[in-house]
Amino acid sequence: MKRFLEGSQAVANSVALCKPGVIAAYPITPQTHIPEELSKLVAEGLLNSEFVNVESEHSAASVVLGSTACGVRSYTATSSQGLLLMGEVLFNIAGLRLPVVLTCANRAVSAPINIWNDQQDSISLRDSGWAQFYVENIQEAVDFHIIAYRLAEDRNIMLPVMVCMDGYILTHGVEVVDMPEQKDVDRFLPAYKPLYKLDIENPLTLGFLADTDYYMETRFAIQKTHQEILDLLPKITHDFRNVFGRDYGEGLIETYRTTDAERVIVAMGSVCGTIKEVVDQLRRKGKKVGLLKVITYRPFPIDKIYEALKNVPKVAVLDRALSLGADAPLYTEIRAIFFGKKRSPKLIRSFIAGLGGRDITLDSIKEIFKKLSLKTTEEEFIDLKPELLKDKV
Amino acid sequence: MFGPIFSKPLSSKNNKTGSWRMGKRPKFLQTNCIACRMCILICPEGCIEGEDKNTYHCDYDYCKGCGNCVEICPRQDIVMIEDK
Amino acid sequence: MREDILFASGHTACAGCGQAIAARLVIESAGPNTIIANNTGCLEVFSTKYPESSWGVPWIHSLFENAAAVASGIESALQYLGKKNIQVIAQAGDGGTADIGLQALSGMWERGHNILSICYDNEAYMNTGIQRSSLTPLDSETTTTPVGEKSFGNPTLKKPVAEIALAHGIPYVATASVGFPQDLQKKIKKALSIRGPKYIQIHVPCPLGWRHEPNLTYRIARLAVETGLYPLIEYENGVLSSARKISVVAVEEYLKLQARFKHLLNNEEEIKKIQEIANNNIKRYSLS
Repeated sequence: MKRFLEGSQAVANSVALCKPGVIAAYPITPQTHIPEELSKLVAEGLLNSEFVNVESEHSAASVVLGSTACGVRSYTATSSQGLLLMGEVLFNIAGLRLPVVLTCANRAVSAPINIWNDQQDSISLRDSGWAQFYVENIQEAVDFHIIAYRLAEDRNIMLPVMVCMDGYILTHGVEVVDMPEQKDVDRFLPAYKPLYKLDIENPLTLGFLADTDYYMETRFAIQKTHQEILDLLPKITHDFRNVFGRDYGEGLIETYRTTDAERVIVAMGSVCGTIKEVVDQLRRKGKKVGLLKVITYRPFPIDKIYEALKNVPKVAVLDRALSLGADAPLYTEIRAIFFGKKRSPKLIRSFIAGLGGRDITLDSIKEIFKKLSLKTTEEEFIDLKPELLKDKV
Repeated sequence: MFGPIFSKPLSSKNNKTGSWRMGKRPKFLQTNCIACRMCILICPEGCIEGEDKNTYHCDYDYCKGCGNCVEICPRQDIVMIEDK
Repeated sequence: MREDILFASGHTACAGCGQAIAARLVIESAGPNTIIANNTGCLEVFSTKYPESSWGVPWIHSLFENAAAVASGIESALQYLGKKNIQVIAQAGDGGTADIGLQALSGMWERGHNILSICYDNEAYMNTGIQRSSLTPLDSETTTTPVGEKSFGNPTLKKPVAEIALAHGIPYVATASVGFPQDLQKKIKKALSIRGPKYIQIHVPCPLGWRHEPNLTYRIARLAVETGLYPLIEYENGVLSSARKISVVAVEEYLKLQARFKHLLNNEEEIKKIQEIANNNIKRYSLS
């Protein structure tokens, strides 16, 4: 049913359709509207769930760790510092192979404190073992939470999934959303049947000490399972299309007017909407430009990206996060795909934009396309204000 | 794919810690025992058993020879002896 | 073989480990209808070295500081599943309880979860090599409170965690000791018969960290109580409901068995300070 909803409200209702038995959350802007809406649904009796108001994000993640280990579908949401505070628990959840689903309302990381959007928080957790989806709009945010549970709980996967949605832009933006029907969600997403759990009938020990003889295989197994996600996700999105009618291709990447493109921007999240608009404008002027949207950042769909970009002469990679002291994260990984390959873009350039919520406008995107025509190969920050920079205090 | 995920209950029984003993082991004399069960309660290994008076003994496969059973026995019915 | 075994032999605790004694007494008193969340620490390491486990109940370890929150999640899941009869225990050492885990523990107490929290108090970070915690007693030598020209060891008193627990208004708070195993068993059973959050702090000598012979674990634990340094008390609904009476022993008798206090033995002034702590306890709880 089509409804006019705020992103957070839409996501909360989508999560509710997945019927989590335990929800734990700690407030942090811009995540707050999601747990608020969920607590309201619980209070009104519309959602049968234990809502745990914890004393920190560390405990929010730990509560859903415990409840999922008990065999109950669970949910949490956070942003920025909250995600970082959860950090060690997030690694732990993946290591324990618990299919938690978490929403990250993407926000910049302090200092200086800044409550606005970039993707530094979730990008910093890319090595934690969680699968990561980056959604472009509210409809995708709604749909990918349902996909997330289906993927996480698959008995061959059993890994947590983080749905990353740009803070404010998507959490507080309002769009017309086609909200799934409960009966369809029930059809697509069966009740969680854990492979292993805390059960007095079968008293297993979880979270043991694994010494040098055993640890490495636990990590290897997660690495291999991420490869398996690349094969499974297309099947899940296929099922999703059959049930809900919305097509996310294979759920890994989306190509937008790239077939004959000479210049392509690679990006993740809500900025892809802006880029599509610019692509359309420039295409009307005869410019051969396009977009490659990375939906699934972990696992990183290397083969799909290779196929999509191998014939594109010039590629710009737009990061909304940094790896301070090195090349930007997405850029580094895109470049690495083409190392040693016969077919490859002639130019792959790194652009950084939108840190701390600075708007990435149509003009910002146009500038990136323009700069892709230049000879230079250097990393470039878009919309930077040089007047604020000085060599000495 | 999965690596090690869980351990089975009580599986540490496979680990015979009796080899840890440093030359001494408790001997249950089974003469003055009043079946107070205190030795069972204090054993860090949980390797002492017995029901009636003078039936108490420990499993040397696990006993690390700490000697707290000797300390707690109110009737001095457990003594440390050379471990051969 | 005994059929009630819920904590099996074959674990890798040191000989004479007080925590191993206490952990077994706790779970045997609680029974098989129990799920445990365990903080990182000696107990977790020595009882769950893969592929083996000593535990006969469902057991999970996540991190150093989050057993209380993990237990909160377990208890919430059990609520959701309608399995309100299953008991949940969150257990940790003194560091995991009084220091790094205190926030999660406070949250768990405050929210009113039906969980028993256990602190195995061996008075320092033994698993990492005997560093000082906020439950390390006055003048105890640890690897981070070494004795020297300008130091008598740990300069602070034990953090009053039982009182912190009490201040949360939880229905049951108690201290116990492996020197009094039956008292410990009784308190575990009583705690688990009460709904809501419970806290029991158990004194567990550590031969390695306290530097005493392994066979003295029991005797030293008893002496801690009999000197008045570790009073065995019980609070029910905020009211002191029991305090174990003692025939008072001088603190020196306790201190002299442990090399962590050996620097005090000819230091009357410092021993007096420790005797003062015991005297205050004896007076406060009317122990004698």
